[in-house]
Amino acid sequence: MIRIFVAYVAFFIAAANADQGFDDERAAMVAEVQEFAAEIGDMKSGFSDRVLAALGEVERHRFVPLSARRHAYENRPLPIGYGQTISQPYIVALMTELVETDDDDVVLEVGTGSGYQAAMLAGLVDHVYTIEIIPELAAQASDRLQRLGYNNVTTRLGDGYYGWEDAGPFDSIIVTAAASHVPPPLIRQLKPGGRMVIPVGGRFVTQLLLLIEKTDDDELVTRQISMVRFVPLTGQH
Amino acid sequence: MRRLLFATCLVSAAAIGFELLLMRVLSIVQWHHFAWMIISLALLGYGASGTFIALFRTTLERRFEATFAVIALLFSATLVASYIVGQRVPFNALEIIWDPGQLLMLGLMYLVFFVPFFFAACCIGMALTCQSSAIGKIYFADLLGAGLGALLVLGALFVIPADRAVVALSLAAVAASLLMTNQRLVIVQLLWVLTVSAGIPQSWFSVQASPYKGLSQALEVVDAEVLSESSSPLGLLTVVDSPTVPFRHAPGLSFNASAIPPEQLGVFTDADGLTVITRAAGDAGALHYLADLPVALPYQLLERPEVLVLGGGTGGDAMLGLYHGARRIDVVELNPQMTNLVFHEYADFAGYLYDDPRISVHTKEARGFVARTGRRYDLVHIGLMDSFGASGAGVHALNENYIYTVEALQEYLAITRSGGFVAISRWIKLPPRDSLKLFATAIEAMRRSGIDDPGRRLALLRTWNTSLLLLKNGAITDDELATIREFTRTRSFDVAYLPGMAASEANRYNKLDEPHLYLGAVKLLGDDARDYIRRYKFHVEPATDDKPYFFHFFRWSTLPEVLALKGRGGESLIEWGYLVLIATLAQALLAGVVLILLPLLNAPRTWPATTGLRFGAYFSLLGIAFLCIEMAFIQKFILFLSHPLYSVAVVLSSFLVFAGLGSAASTGIVERKTKQPIVIAVAAITLLALFYLFLLPAVFERFMGSPDSVRIAISALLIAPLAFCMGMPFPLGLSRVAAVAADFVPWAWGINGFASVVSAVLAIVLAIELGFSAVIVAAVACYVLAALLARSVDSN
Repeated sequence: MIRIFVAYVAFFIAAANADQGFDDERAAMVAEVQEFAAEIGDMKSGFSDRVLAALGEVERHRFVPLSARRHAYENRPLPIGYGQTISQPYIVALMTELVETDDDDVVLEVGTGSGYQAAMLAGLVDHVYTIEIIPELAAQASDRLQRLGYNNVTTRLGDGYYGWEDAGPFDSIIVTAAASHVPPPLIRQLKPGGRMVIPVGGRFVTQLLLLIEKTDDDELVTRQISMVRFVPLTGQH
Repeated sequence: MRRLLFATCLVSAAAIGFELLLMRVLSIVQWHHFAWMIISLALLGYGASGTFIALFRTTLERRFEATFAVIALLFSATLVASYIVGQRVPFNALEIIWDPGQLLMLGLMYLVFFVPFFFAACCIGMALTCQSSAIGKIYFADLLGAGLGALLVLGALFVIPADRAVVALSLAAVAASLLMTNQRLVIVQLLWVLTVSAGIPQSWFSVQASPYKGLSQALEVVDAEVLSESSSPLGLLTVVDSPTVPFRHAPGLSFNASAIPPEQLGVFTDADGLTVITRAAGDAGALHYLADLPVALPYQLLERPEVLVLGGGTGGDAMLGLYHGARRIDVVELNPQMTNLVFHEYADFAGYLYDDPRISVHTKEARGFVARTGRRYDLVHIGLMDSFGASGAGVHALNENYIYTVEALQEYLAITRSGGFVAISRWIKLPPRDSLKLFATAIEAMRRSGIDDPGRRLALLRTWNTSLLLLKNGAITDDELATIREFTRTRSFDVAYLPGMAASEANRYNKLDEPHLYLGAVKLLGDDARDYIRRYKFHVEPATDDKPYFFHFFRWSTLPEVLALKGRGGESLIEWGYLVLIATLAQALLAGVVLILLPLLNAPRTWPATTGLRFGAYFSLLGIAFLCIEMAFIQKFILFLSHPLYSVAVVLSSFLVFAGLGSAASTGIVERKTKQPIVIAVAAITLLALFYLFLLPAVFERFMGSPDSVRIAISALLIAPLAFCMGMPFPLGLSRVAAVAADFVPWAWGINGFASVVSAVLAIVLAIELGFSAVIVAAVACYVLAALLARSVDSN
């Protein structure tokens, strides 16, 4: 019995130390992401303090499978099963920055995945509604977010195409699963002055971010934000 | 001897059949370019077999028949084992840039598939080494088997699934084993026949697509299910219903659209590349979303047009045409199983679309149809034929494509009535690649057709993810310009180029940091277009029929910048196709050094070093030349035979069978002691190959309108004399080697096999950079060099 108790205590000490190790890794990841941000055309001054603080607070290692924990704080996407990934922290930070959240915002996320993006947003806004189409992922993310104390996140299994009519309109919408077109119902659920961001590309590579802004006059302006500063296009060869 | 010849033929047929089968299966499990690389590297088993035979020659010769039987049985067993195990190696090509551990998995896949090819090549190499008096006949059996194997597997894949085909190939290999005397092996052979026929659970053979492919992801969605599957060498089609979270495929649909797509069934090709069958149950209101797609524009410019849809797929573009009141629609689709879905299997769901009297469906290759149709159209429409993901990753770079070449656009314009349009949709990448290349191609096509004002005949639209290029047969009028502007304004689409437009019009709704497409289009129409193309960071020079690589955008000079941007989005700029090609070449050369050159240098030998060097160079050159000519001719005949499969089947089997006959004939030449037979054969190859370079276009033009059977017969007749001569230098050289340095024979076999692998890669690199005509010229040069080497050996 004593042996079991000792082992139990040892496990917790090891776990605490491991988390301590993750703190350092997380801080390094935040620094790397900030360094990259400074190189993007639109973000010369880097990410805002709010976004960086949120990135530094969310424990990414709790959102990845056990087998991938050692890579949790590398600036890269990681498989989470079911053919899905947890996005690259840099992309998550960039999308969070682009939707320009306020404390009292209500945000919709389409494509919960591991719940990492929702957790980031939870620290920045009043409430996050998030929809997932894969049953297993929806259940896992819901459990995880509850367990980690993200009480201002509501998860749902279902079709994100129609948004979340009852909870809308939203100050911001993040669509993490790109489709062939932007769902018109989502555009309708965006408040005037609201912003929607959609990453375009594959599971492991984001090609560009599509930012849709609804003006106070209900007009739409979209911007396609290249991930990289890659100009001029006609360099000397 | 007859048993040996038959066994060699069976092994060779099973080996090439397995290669073609693997290409199919790995294209489903992985992605086409990685499948190609894995198989290319696995084929190095041919090279390694020469080393193995050379090192253990004495032992192998002593018990030749028994050893042949054992190794053929091992081939049979590892063929099945590698098929089952290889699919389960957890290799994720998409993660390779992030996770170096994936390289280990990739190496494991090489190894798994290397083994059966090694055993197959050991059988043939042993036969050539141990029965050197019959080299010509054995090589004939090898080539004949390969030719028949390729034909049979391509045909079989239309009627039986891949798992049944792999069993048949394994049984062919074990039959080869049974033909050779080895009494102690009989029980094992029969047990294996029973096991492979009925003893392996069916589920072990099932094809497991990567979880990151579109089909796998669609099936993770709640309630999604596979409705049907149909397979052919053109691809595995899987129809999926997803009732709870429906497919809503409508690329480029306007943000302002009030209607959304109705119910759709997803159709995946090789577990990816989504297209859809849209429900059309008579309620035209359900299809109102079609008015808000960018491809609706041509129908605003033309009244009740006659339309030609190239790449008709599952009928989406035909439905668009009917919705907009087209008078007649000819739909051309290559894959009969694709049209069958709309015609029969899901005809009810599609509202009996293809039964509409205004629609005619043609199961043809697009260019062949365009060349032979006597009809002219108001609108020639080419929709999105590839998936966005594949397009974005540049994975089509190695695929020849004759739809978007300069000559193709000239032909489309030629069948467009005066005042009509050619409309071509493409996915948009950032920075732009496809759309600019297509624009440059259109300009070149118009100039070659004698049009000196292309800028007045072109219009380019863009949404956030698609572009639409319009080429008009005539100048775009002011009324048409007004219609285009109104269409784009009401749907928040951007005009990327219109005749006479102001720069301020270009970047209004979907804003980029700069109006890249407009700036590019203006440059391409200007005097310094050549300079712009040369300096652009991606390869946007127009593709031609001789260099049909539209999807090749890679530039070496851009690579360092892209790699330096890793982790901050640069990975999205990597053009994987070309990099995979170069990586394959580098790995093949490295493997050649390790598997052949190092053992060869360290092996005991009876021949002088200079002779060995000449022999080695001779068989390398033959390996390179044979495959280069074969690959180039497959490409040259694609347009003539109007079908890539016909071309592969007819050209490949003709080359192999007639080369086999040439090889058989070489036995008589050796026996008659004809003087300089290699030089004579190479002289004939040179004359024929170069003559064909000039003759083929005229022959193709003359017989383009003939029925399939006539064109197939003409193709075989044209190839026969060339292939017959090409079948001689290898066995003639090998007989010579057997006479003066018998222990070099297995090395020659291995070197030739290795050179064939390198040649398959080199031919594509050369074709991308210089064109297929250059590939033929280079191959002829290799033959001439080989003949000179043969002469120098003789004179020594």
